[in-house]
Amino acid sequence: MVVVAEGLDRLFEALRRREFTVVGPTVRDGAIVYDELESAADLPTGWTDEQDGGHYRLERRDDEAVFGYVVGPHSWKRYLHPPFLRLWRAEKRDDGFQVARDEAPRKPYAFLGVRSCELHAIAIQDRVFLEGEHVDPIYRERRENAFIVAVNCGQAGGTCFCVSMNTGPKASQGFDLALTEVLEDGRHYFVVESGSDRGAELLAELGGSEATEVELTAAEVAVKNAVGQMGRSLETEGLKELLYRNYEHPRWDQVAERCLACTNCTMVCPTCFCSSVEDVSDLDGEGAERWRTWDSCFSGEFSYIHGGNVRQTVKSRYRQWMTHKLATWYDQFGSSGCVGCGRCITWCPVAIDITEEAAAIRLDDRPSEQ
Amino acid sequence: MAVVEKSKPKIAVWKFASCDGCQLSLLNCEDELLNLLGEVEIGYFLEASRATVEGPYDLSLVEGSITTPHDAERIHSVRRRSRHLVTIGACATAGGIQALRNFQDVEEFTSIVYASPQYISTLRKSTAIADHVKVDLELRGCPIDKGQLLEVIGAFLAGRKPGIPSHSVCLECKRQGTVCVMVAHGTPCLGPVTQAGCRALCPSYSRGCFGCFGPMESPNTASLSDRWRQLGEGNHNLIRAFRTFNAYADAFRKESEALEVLGTRDAR
Ligand code: SF4
Ligand code: SF4
Ligand code: SF4
Ligand code: SF4
Repeated sequence: MVVVAEGLDRLFEALRRREFTVVGPTVRDGAIVYDELESAADLPTGWTDEQDGGHYRLERRDDEAVFGYVVGPHSWKRYLHPPFLRLWRAEKRDDGFQVARDEAPRKPYAFLGVRSCELHAIAIQDRVFLEGEHVDPIYRERRENAFIVAVNCGQAGGTCFCVSMNTGPKASQGFDLALTEVLEDGRHYFVVESGSDRGAELLAELGGSEATEVELTAAEVAVKNAVGQMGRSLETEGLKELLYRNYEHPRWDQVAERCLACTNCTMVCPTCFCSSVEDVSDLDGEGAERWRTWDSCFSGEFSYIHGGNVRQTVKSRYRQWMTHKLATWYDQFGSSGCVGCGRCITWCPVAIDITEEAAAIRLDDRPSEQ
Repeated sequence: MAVVEKSKPKIAVWKFASCDGCQLSLLNCEDELLNLLGEVEIGYFLEASRATVEGPYDLSLVEGSITTPHDAERIHSVRRRSRHLVTIGACATAGGIQALRNFQDVEEFTSIVYASPQYISTLRKSTAIADHVKVDLELRGCPIDKGQLLEVIGAFLAGRKPGIPSHSVCLECKRQGTVCVMVAHGTPCLGPVTQAGCRALCPSYSRGCFGCFGPMESPNTASLSDRWRQLGEGNHNLIRAFRTFNAYADAFRKESEALEVLGTRDAR
């Protein structure tokens, strides 16, 4: 279907009618972040981003594209796996204590503007939180009814490498609706595809028209543009084995000299899921709370187990993180832990680049003694 | 059944060389202060009350650094009278802003500033409390964060370990969803080498972190300095950045000294 640009207002209305809280991209403090949106006017129309290692700048576009940028510092995990969460509160009673759990958000989320790499990241977190013996009820409550409006990228960013990871730039599954934005010959429209029954039902309310050959081709060309613009690339052939046999490579020492162990890469990564649990108590001892907060393998306390820290050096922390993303994740969850979104490269204050580190090791393959 | 009044833990607040800002953080806990007074007995807190209760004290909060021979003695007597001793603020944990003199000649200062310098009894260096006596916990910040202070007292009362993280400001900054000022604006920020605790206050107002909470657990100051230079900051500004409230904290001191050496080499 083809929906004209004004159709976005109808999309918001349709999501509203279904009682969704709409979350999507918006401009704040010099970046495109995700936040709750009131209307299509909150979207970053006419903005784009310039990205490179340790570098992000919001720029004006010379057109009125609504989705003419790539991913920013936030990811959807902020909503599905919140950074701070009270797990429960306990209060003293005469006969013991009473435990109360916080309610899940009342209305389900509609995520608007989800990129293909992000759909893959959500699928990875689904495997982490929803499969196996231990299902995370918090993630499930937020994920279950979420409505996903994907956007196929019409341009790639300076740190994107989804083509290498086979995760984009075109959304293939995991969405209710997928839009491709086209600005051409004075026209501005979206080619919209539905990926579910409820998606199709909602699409029917947007007042679109059947897509013509010309329009479909224009949408394909847009996605092809993005494919040709990947800012980074990563050779994945034999990558897992490469990293396993280079566990003692001198490159780890070199990267550790630059790495700040600041945790930014893990905070922005859409697949990183680690958290810690802390207890706090009221001063008068009448109540106590248990909180869950995002944590990182780059922090020392994180790898503290009884008696000491198992990863004392920054070298061992960076190595743990990168080999987890690109190698051990396969053994643990059956896929790569990296979807090539480039966030860790852009938001690393000292521009450490996972693709560059992997390439350096490949170039100088030095199997270490087992 | 007779109700036995359980004796409340006695708390004392001590002041050494400081601006009183950290003690004020305690007084600023308006909502919680009454609750707190129900749980503890304030034995010694001159900022709040002239009345004092004899020691020993269960918990001593110590503000300020050691700058005079008299204080170097007094801190030992405080330690002797305290079961637990927690230092609060950049002065007590790193020597404070007054530790800037540690990089200079104090006698030269006193001879310029005072008419009769022979009456001035001062040490050459302003030092942290932990350089003089055993400290059970250091609470960083200039000033300290009131939430962290209440966490320490709450944990003390409950007999549990306080949750005072030693990781970087960046972790707090990102959890809150603040846009990184260094990456997105090119503003130099000390967050990556600074310990969390302030909830990344300055970046949330689009300012770089000033390092009020001192070095984090594994501060890579050299790498951050390299980055600041790439952003266009000269050595002079870098030295100034590392020499503020926590100038004499080990990692910050070493970095500013290394930058000084580098500066003289560059100037040659
Ligand atoms: S990595 Fe690919 S899918 Fe993700 S934002 Fe970049 S171009 Fe789009
Ligand atoms: S490792 Fe980096 S590029 Fe890969 S998914 Fe995480 S943030 Fe994106
Ligand atoms: S790789 Fe970069 S973002 Fe990650 S911890 Fe190291 S310095 Fe920070
Ligand atoms: S603004 Fe400063 S504290 Fe926040 S993430 Fe960036 S470097 Fe770290």
